[in-house]
Amino acid sequence: MWICYLLVLLALPQFFDSILAISIFNQMAIAIVFALSYNMLLGQGGMLSFGHAVYFGLGGFLAVHALIMIESETMYFSIIYIPLVGAFFGLLAALFIGSFSTHKAGTVFAMISLGIGELVAASSLIFDSFFGGEAGVSGDRTFGPPVFGVEFFQDVEIYYLAAAWVFIATLFMYLFTQTPAGRMANAVRDNPERAEFVGYSARKIRYISFCASGFFAGIAGGLFALNYEFITEENLNAVTSGRVLLMAYIGGLGYFIGPIIGAVILTLMNSLLSNYSELWMLYLGIMFVLTVLFLPRGFAGFIMMHQIAWARGKLSSLVIPYLITGIPSLLFLMACVAMIEMSHTEEEAFHYLWMELNPSGIATWLITLFIACSSFYAVRLLLPQLNDTWDEVNTIPEKGNHE
Amino acid sequence: MLEVFIFATLNGLVTGLLLFMLASGLTLIFSMMGILNFAHASFYMLGAYFAYSISLYFGFWTGLIFAPLIVGVLGALVERYGLRRVHQFGHVAELVFTFGMAFLIEEAVQLFWGPDTKNYQSPDLLDFPLFTLFGQEFPAYRGFMIGISVTIFIGLYYLLTRSRIGIIIQAAITHPHTVANLGHNVPFIFMTVFGVGTALAGIAGVIAGPILTTFPGMAVVLGSIVFVIVVIGGLGSLVGAFLASLLIGLLQSYAIASDVGVQDLLNLLGLEFDRNHPLTDLWTLTLPQIAPILPFLLLVLVLIFRPTGLMGKREQ
Repeated sequence: MWICYLLVLLALPQFFDSILAISIFNQMAIAIVFALSYNMLLGQGGMLSFGHAVYFGLGGFLAVHALIMIESETMYFSIIYIPLVGAFFGLLAALFIGSFSTHKAGTVFAMISLGIGELVAASSLIFDSFFGGEAGVSGDRTFGPPVFGVEFFQDVEIYYLAAAWVFIATLFMYLFTQTPAGRMANAVRDNPERAEFVGYSARKIRYISFCASGFFAGIAGGLFALNYEFITEENLNAVTSGRVLLMAYIGGLGYFIGPIIGAVILTLMNSLLSNYSELWMLYLGIMFVLTVLFLPRGFAGFIMMHQIAWARGKLSSLVIPYLITGIPSLLFLMACVAMIEMSHTEEEAFHYLWMELNPSGIATWLITLFIACSSFYAVRLLLPQLNDTWDEVNTIPEKGNHE
Repeated sequence: MLEVFIFATLNGLVTGLLLFMLASGLTLIFSMMGILNFAHASFYMLGAYFAYSISLYFGFWTGLIFAPLIVGVLGALVERYGLRRVHQFGHVAELVFTFGMAFLIEEAVQLFWGPDTKNYQSPDLLDFPLFTLFGQEFPAYRGFMIGISVTIFIGLYYLLTRSRIGIIIQAAITHPHTVANLGHNVPFIFMTVFGVGTALAGIAGVIAGPILTTFPGMAVVLGSIVFVIVVIGGLGSLVGAFLASLLIGLLQSYAIASDVGVQDLLNLLGLEFDRNHPLTDLWTLTLPQIAPILPFLLLVLVLIFRPTGLMGKREQ
């Protein structure tokens, strides 16, 4: 499993070697570490944070300052350790903030994290000399001593460095979930009262997860600094905090692999979908709300739902009902997207998939509306069938001989 | 000095009461349903945009009546088809859902109205100075804002504590099953409360739109401040929210009007620092500079030392 993961990480640039692809992979690497660290907090520890970007951003800022110091030769070490600098500072910030914010989970914690997030973001604009105001600070990664002759001029070289760090961070975060502290974090998430009765301080357990999470968020921040060589206030404000919440939630909370899926999906949407449509943020919002409504455990949860069917070897009987309901749902989605895009575009003729639509013609509107309505109706009709098959596949027949 | 003080007080009062209009709906929803509605400021933004669109054809006053109604209906729909479904997954899911709605509404507003600032004007009827003090005019529109906000406070307070509807609502929070057994439709009560709460946000949007400018970022600007108020006031306490809004409004207004800084404090102590000191930003800090972060500082302090807020009830 882990070897596969490593192989995929290493092989990716071999198959997709365009500059765009490499930059997407770099973003993905950063997002994966960041989202995993967030999942440590929310998924494993049950603490909903609206200010996780603080640790990411502070780690990133210190990493850039470390780059500047290497450049000016006040410090001398190879840049491959830069993420550690970020991690260290993320940990420091978490040690301090966690000491008072982890008393309670739930709403109180969420509100404190929101307050801290706003506080840090606003103060970063005040303290110009460290945060560089609106313009941010920038460094240069090519000045450190070369590692095996690599000087990190190119993004590919950074990718391999990032991949190594992602692998290490993922491995350690996974190992953390297996430690007693990680296990107790789950217990405290599910029932803090019982955990206290067993003899653990819920607060201390939360504090440990919180610090670990800050540490790994700092690694992500350090990777960000290495990849972009600059960092601004935007990387520690509410927008970034919100994005990591989206990633973790869409991917699937509670499952270790969930945030990885979420990070990959969101980065792909961010960099590919934005080429096709200005409205990709709207689609992201719709997708997020639909996920919260219908897939409370995210994409990973959706995959895991099929475990019983898989174990019983009945997965194949689900394929046909999925296809039958899937096709009209896809049609419905496409028609909706067409309508949204048509209402937004200002061009006369407008290309959608392989067709050319005329946004000012009434007939076009009527046809798309008709497709949307009829496919929606079809989905409504077909959904009970899918549900029946689902129940049939998932109910284990009773054996009859209870003893 | 007195002049500055009086105007800072007036401005703080206007800001505070405006914030209260927003916070009243949020605290109403929280006290009834236990949901911290992240999308509350987004409904406020929708109020401003609907009112702008209506005012283009029918004038400001029609907008004042119909925009909150539309927003309220939208809010009720969100509760009926969204929140009620998410409720079974727990409080975190609810909070995350409203967060998603806030995100979605902001994008939707940009889709329908575009990303630029709208020229939403206050009505001509109120375009005169209410009174003149030290040669400065106080616009009647601001007086109108104060009036509306105080009316909302008194109206809500009496509705919740003195009227039959208020008693049923209060009973529905603590004993939903008993209230249902008495023949009241509890889910419908919750839907209505959510609708009314968002409609209050809509009113705030209609009124604040002309002053604070109507643009897609207006929800983000006020969103977190409103949370600060509700938390500082004590979750679910109307009186607390009222006091906290005034406190935040005045605090910010005084901080902006004052011109003291760390430098003055150091001068007082007889200390002096070099301009090139690495921490020079810290020595040159002034009170107006940190005005925007004061509410959040207060929030964090309150949550640490008095998590129930000013007027909050003790936790069971």
